[in-house]
Amino acid sequence: MSGLTITLNGEPRVFPTPISVVGLLEALGLDARKVAVERNEAIVPRSTYAQTLLESGDALEIVHFIGGG
Amino acid sequence: MPDTIAVDSGDTWTVAGRSFRSRLIVGTGKYKDLEETAAAIKASGAEIVTVAVRRVNLSDPGAPMLQDFVDPKVYTYLPNTAGCFTAKDAVRTLRLAREAGGWNLVKLEVLGPPPHLYPDMMATFEAAEALIKDGFEVMVYCADDPVGAKRLEDMGCVAIMPLGAPIGSGLGLTNPAMLSMLIEQTTVPLLVDAGVGTASDAAIAMELGCDAVLLNSAIAHAKDPIRMARAMKHAVQAGRDAFLAGRMPRRMGADPSSPLTGLIR
Repeated sequence: MSGLTITLNGEPRVFPTPISVVGLLEALGLDARKVAVERNEAIVPRSTYAQTLLESGDALEIVHFIGGG
Repeated sequence: MPDTIAVDSGDTWTVAGRSFRSRLIVGTGKYKDLEETAAAIKASGAEIVTVAVRRVNLSDPGAPMLQDFVDPKVYTYLPNTAGCFTAKDAVRTLRLAREAGGWNLVKLEVLGPPPHLYPDMMATFEAAEALIKDGFEVMVYCADDPVGAKRLEDMGCVAIMPLGAPIGSGLGLTNPAMLSMLIEQTTVPLLVDAGVGTASDAAIAMELGCDAVLLNSAIAHAKDPIRMARAMKHAVQAGRDAFLAGRMPRRMGADPSSPLTGLIR
């Protein structure tokens, strides 16, 4: 199986290729409506999750809202 | 007595074109769990809540999320920049918040180190400039510094939010005279953010003429957060009413409330 290595929230992770942002969120078990995704320090608009394919070496941040003051 | 005395429903305040009835903004941090967070916020009557943006815990993707308990359709989320120390980090964080929730109204805070966590005004200026340029409507946490606050207002910040005392200290309003001067000079909403420890502190902030009060620890760290949330709601309303009513002048001597004439002999 071919795979790609990305840095996900600071940790290296390997995923089967090809994989889109939608595929990644599904693989992680995350609800796309409740998170936001940054790829290589640029926002990935929610409307483009399906067509955004990840590449080896990408750095992704997946965030959500938590309690804060 | 007419009902209008009890509740002045027309007394709203407006920030960035949005009007609110509640003059209490509450944080969503430091609670025991999300159930308590939700109950306290409900009891506070707040319409705006501050939230932080953090990495999802990928090892527990099914964990309950804040949105499941504090509905963003009911409450206006005000994402903050807590933990950001540079303009770049603040812009990145709030761009993510905008994508997660789709709004522009944000709370900018760039803090110095512990133990004071005092607003870093130089970094705050830089971040405010970058955020405004990026289309954000910035409510800005700042020092109770009238020169710096004026500069932030002139830059286009939509609300000025000086601290009453250090974040989480509960020391109350340590410099009410300076807050009064800030209230006097500021033409956008002026909120005390940080330092409120108990209900009377919130009432004092409103009596001074603040448009609203922002607090978190005073409720979350009370022994009974739900009851304190209710106390804060009433304190803010009482302080607002007292401000609108206009306090009596202070005098150096007594002035009897009962007439001195007509006494029996």
